[in-house]
Amino acid sequence: MDFSSTKKGPFVSLVTGLPGGGKTFLGILLVAALLVPLSNLLVPESSFFHVPTYMVSLLGKYLSFALLALSVDLIWGYCGILSLGHGAFFALGGYAMGMYLMRQIGDRGVYGNPDLPDFMVFLNWTELPWYWTGFDMFPVAMTMVILVPGILAFIFGWFAFRARVTGVYLSIITQAMTYALMLAFFRNDMGFGGNNGLTDFKEILGFDLQSDGTRLGLFVCSVIALAFGYLISSFITQSKLGRVLIAIRDAESRTRFSGYRVEYYKLFVFVVSAVLAGIAGALYVPQVGIINPSEFSPAQSIEVVIWVAVGGRGTLWGAVLGAMLVNWGKSYFTGALPEAWLYMLGGLFVFTTLFLPKGIVGTSAIWIEKIKNRQTGPASTIPAYVKEE
Amino acid sequence: MTSRPASEKTPEFASILYLDGVSVSFDGFKALNSLSLVIEPGEMRAIIGPNGAGKTTMMDVITGKTRPDEGEVFFKGNIDLTKHDEAYIANLGIGRKFQKPTVFESQTVFNNLELSLKGDKGIMTTLFAALGDADVARIMEVLEIIRLSERANWLAGNLSHGQKQWLEIGMLLMQDPDLLLVDEPVAGMTDAETEQTSDLLRKISENHSVVVVEHDMEFIRALDTKVTVLHEGSVLAEGSLDVVQNNQRVIDVYLGR
Ligand SMILES: Nc1ncnc2c1ncn2[C@@H]1O[C@H](COP(=O)(O)OP(=O)(O)OP(=O)(O)O)[C@@H](O)[C@H]1O
Ligand SMILES: [Mg+2]
Repeated sequence: MDFSSTKKGPFVSLVTGLPGGGKTFLGILLVAALLVPLSNLLVPESSFFHVPTYMVSLLGKYLSFALLALSVDLIWGYCGILSLGHGAFFALGGYAMGMYLMRQIGDRGVYGNPDLPDFMVFLNWTELPWYWTGFDMFPVAMTMVILVPGILAFIFGWFAFRARVTGVYLSIITQAMTYALMLAFFRNDMGFGGNNGLTDFKEILGFDLQSDGTRLGLFVCSVIALAFGYLISSFITQSKLGRVLIAIRDAESRTRFSGYRVEYYKLFVFVVSAVLAGIAGALYVPQVGIINPSEFSPAQSIEVVIWVAVGGRGTLWGAVLGAMLVNWGKSYFTGALPEAWLYMLGGLFVFTTLFLPKGIVGTSAIWIEKIKNRQTGPASTIPAYVKEE
Repeated sequence: MTSRPASEKTPEFASILYLDGVSVSFDGFKALNSLSLVIEPGEMRAIIGPNGAGKTTMMDVITGKTRPDEGEVFFKGNIDLTKHDEAYIANLGIGRKFQKPTVFESQTVFNNLELSLKGDKGIMTTLFAALGDADVARIMEVLEIIRLSERANWLAGNLSHGQKQWLEIGMLLMQDPDLLLVDEPVAGMTDAETEQTSDLLRKISENHSVVVVEHDMEFIRALDTKVTVLHEGSVLAEGSLDVVQNNQRVIDVYLGR
């Protein structure tokens, strides 16, 4: 009998310890990280293989969505926490980045005020609100990208998980959370640009945001962030803690009676997930050039759940694949048939729920297993997440 | 500890489990009605009683799932169980098998046992946990005891009903508790499996205290131990199976339902 997967220690190298699918996934990411910039820079524009700069940013945006999907999969797919408000953590990370980018504009705004962003001058404010302090410094802003979503998730989780709110009730309060934040950020006097949000960014770390080089740089950063998020998630889910999360998902009270403090485990993974979502938001904002309160809208968060469901929850690269595919479809169809997109998205969700309950990745894993079984007789190596009910 | 039961002998605890005057009501309905029960260290006790007698509710109270409205619940003489939650009580050394067998269905039998391994259940310890040779040996040993060695790599969800019951008992053994609460272990088992289960529990009771709830009288007879009859939330009779079976009140309760 082979128990190597359980026996292996924690300090086995992050990468060599990955399951086969994980290595393939990281390989694909690496190839993309090399090919996309090369073809953008070196292949002549007339060639079919040239990746135009707008496409680089589009791919970068998809990568940030993929990281967001990964963060949702980590809590939903592995621990059964269905957050319908994860867009809030994404948006908060995005706002923290946006505040830094606003301060980088300096006196190049319409009103030429070196300290105050245009929207504050417009509101007749004379000084920067205290909570904008330090956002002109990149390291401070990046710390906030992590801290703000992390702390909000901690406070939210502390109350929700200790009160043992689960299932639909938890989903509803996550919706309420993101909705409340949306209303707050819509208000002009909150100091985040109200309904227009933060935009007209010029530079990041002194690099022109419109230049091809910066856009490639942001793309590469998105690849690295996704790989990093993937490694973290993979380490967590492969560890014994990951098996406790699955235990909580499948039989919460059994887990408690086995001696695990379920609420702390949920809190831990919820905070990690929120931080990943925040990082995703911070990468999204410079690549699309704007962050506004619509990112907090409940529908936005629900969309993320659809990406994960389509790709296959409980499989990390399923979440990534789902985010990529659905967003590619969205870009394509909102161009080709703008009115139809929402119906298609709804239809896709219904189709997935009915015919691909494990998503693309999970369902194909079941097929592969079935084919294998036909050749070798029943095996017991089906990965946990593809068990048929 | 505030109010220690007067009857309790100190300093060496006399009872592993001590319930006195425990009442629990749900919306006015008394599921437990001034229930008192004492289990001695190393004792195996069988608990019977008609449906709704409060057997499962009693286990809920002992394991911290349900807070009693009144009454005292002490473990090992002086640990007040009404003050703690499920995880804490589990780590104190009380293991519980649910009435409906509950295992981690999407994980392997081996991993089910691994998850139940005694030890620090903190976040960081769990995140960086590595399975030692002694742990693997212990898991193998328990697999042997519960007759699932051949199934170690199976997903628990693919086991038969009876095997799930055994796996859950195996999970309790991994916790190495001082007291095992076993709710209806042979429900849905074949006669042969039932017999194996009574052998298993008798063996476990050699070095653990065990409380077994069952409806199956053949099984109770095979356990060959003291029996407590619960009815409407309190103790109706106590003694050997023959004695309680001939008790007129017990006969009335069982015939009258
Ligand atoms: N959470 C609850 N809310 C309301 N009523 C409850 C609850 N738990 C138990 N009861 C009621 O309390 C009574 C005792 O239930 P309990 O499950 O303890 O009985 P039992 O002796 O285990 O019965 P069985 O042999 O059927 O398992 C039943 O009438 C049950 O309906
Ligand atoms: Mg019961």
